[in-house]
Amino acid sequence: MEKYAQIRSYAIPLPNEDVDTDQIIPARFLKATTREGFGENLFRDWRYNPDGSPKAGFVLNNPQYGGQILVAGKNFGCGSSREHAAWALYDYGIRVVVSSFFADIFKGNALNNGLLPVQVKESFLHDIFLAIEADPKAIFEVNLEQQTITIIASGAQASFPIDPFRKMCMINGYDDIDYLLSIQSDIENFEQRQKRYFTNTILP
Amino acid sequence: MQAELNMNKTLFDKIWDTHVIKQADGGLDVLYIDRHFIHEVTSPQAFDGLRKRGLGVFRPQQTVATADHNVPTKNQHLPIKEELSRFQVDKLVENCKDFGLELYGLGHPYQGIVHVIGPELGLTQPGMTMVCGDSHTSTHGAFGCIAFGIGTSQVEQVLATQCLLQRRPKRMRITVDGQLQPGVLAKDIILYIISKLTAAGGTGYFVEYAGEAIRSLSMEGRMTICNMSIEMGARGGLIAPDETTINYLKNRAFAPQGEEFEAAAAYWRTLYSDPGAEFEVEHHFDAADIAPMVTYGTNPGMGIKINEHIPTAAGQTASFGKSLEYMGFQAGEQLLGKPIDYVFIGSCTNSRIEDLRLVAQFVKGKQKAGHVNAWIVPGSKQVEAQAKAEGLDRIFLDAGFDFREPGCSACLGMNEDKVPEGAYCISTSNRNFEGRQGPGARTILASPLMAAASAIAGKIVDVRTLLN
Repeated sequence: MEKYAQIRSYAIPLPNEDVDTDQIIPARFLKATTREGFGENLFRDWRYNPDGSPKAGFVLNNPQYGGQILVAGKNFGCGSSREHAAWALYDYGIRVVVSSFFADIFKGNALNNGLLPVQVKESFLHDIFLAIEADPKAIFEVNLEQQTITIIASGAQASFPIDPFRKMCMINGYDDIDYLLSIQSDIENFEQRQKRYFTNTILP
Repeated sequence: MQAELNMNKTLFDKIWDTHVIKQADGGLDVLYIDRHFIHEVTSPQAFDGLRKRGLGVFRPQQTVATADHNVPTKNQHLPIKEELSRFQVDKLVENCKDFGLELYGLGHPYQGIVHVIGPELGLTQPGMTMVCGDSHTSTHGAFGCIAFGIGTSQVEQVLATQCLLQRRPKRMRITVDGQLQPGVLAKDIILYIISKLTAAGGTGYFVEYAGEAIRSLSMEGRMTICNMSIEMGARGGLIAPDETTINYLKNRAFAPQGEEFEAAAAYWRTLYSDPGAEFEVEHHFDAADIAPMVTYGTNPGMGIKINEHIPTAAGQTASFGKSLEYMGFQAGEQLLGKPIDYVFIGSCTNSRIEDLRLVAQFVKGKQKAGHVNAWIVPGSKQVEAQAKAEGLDRIFLDAGFDFREPGCSACLGMNEDKVPEGAYCISTSNRNFEGRQGPGARTILASPLMAAASAIAGKIVDVRTLLN
């Protein structure tokens, strides 16, 4: 996993609530067997007409907006567990998603891929949307070390929660798998110790 | 053991605690995984990762693979026509061969939707921890185990170490007291619950379902309930095992046999929430208040009883309006009598033998409406074989339904089973998201009985008015 760098960027506003992972990357684009290239089909059916021409009204097709931060309505990433959703956002260039609420599996997938979910209060989310409305090139700063997000123009700042272990992993670019591999003897001891619970686990 | 001395534990905590190897820095638990299922869509990048790191599969006998998401539901004996789908399914075959994993692929008598085959083979058992790169892994919780969906990075972790780093979720209990009215099924219970708690109401929780209405359900019904836990954001749902569970598992291919079964059953009977167990949140519902449900919007929380009206626009968000616009419905109107174009009976929610029997019983001697395309997709080869043995395939055929071969099919339209743009589909699946069944497709979630009745009528009907 790439180390998370401090982000200072303008932002893409997507005020929709309950954005599910089928919108982020529709199922028919999940047929690749590598992690790369999903950005092309990010928000495919909101972004393109069936003939492949861009839909003028969609925010990603509006040249006013851009940047590494996506700001979305509550319950972002609900639905399918497809990690392809996190890969698509990352591949497109998004490094931070800001919302007032994230679905569980998406949040975990994002953190495992260097994509930072920043959860703020509904009122602060509203302030961010207002700041972008006032100036599409408004700058935001996301400081993971301090766990803060700042609207640079007004100086308004909010803090966001993150699991301390996940934060450490994001900052250092560590994967869970490195840790799990390092405790293999603990895992083997556990298997011996708990055997009576798990006699039915092993396939004949 | 601590687990047996403590008399105030939830079912969830009893299972979780027996699977924690240790606590890692920062308070995350290293959770041991008993059973791991994989399928073709969310596993290739995990195998790639293993290859890059030079790793093998740590416990190959605890992972089982099947091909379900991408497979055609017609002519499965022929090569898959769609090139990318074929490539992905072939990749699974290659990965299972390279890493020594059991695969129930196309052509195998055990092939089917991963959440249908696990239980029917007895691979799913009470007290286990189970994961799969698929959010509907919550289905298996019906057996009183901890089962949840994971991302592909975690699939790789389980393949490499049989473990995951997890923070213990909060616990919620949902109790449904009383008895269901005729024509009301498990699907209606869960759609009703999600409509009350919203699509995000369970996020951060593991849900235990309890109460008379839950307890009286068959295993198939319990699976339908647990399956859709994720649709309210909950990572998983579970139901304490009882004699219904134990009887279901007896003599299943991979369940313990003979004396070993009795010993296992004795352990399974200890798996329940103690009377003093505490839940962070409790909800109570009355089964008598539940009616056949339909969804009107683009998330599973947007559901109403069939005789109710879509909520009015007052006080709703912009997303509500956008959702109705997509569906082509008006705020405040009823769905009763709305014409439909497609009927899909299938998916990991409702494609088991009990679902097919119910549908067959209802459609026997009737004809589907001429303009409706009606698909019935069994959950597995075993369900398909059983349906044929009981003559259900004939009944479906005679009623004008298309009885197909097993797979995820039109639930997510990864294969060619897609609903066209603008068309209405009453579906027994689990998600009514925009484009879920095909770009522009409009999905109305309902029970198998509601779907069958609507197929006959050619429009949305209240199945209760048609029951004898």
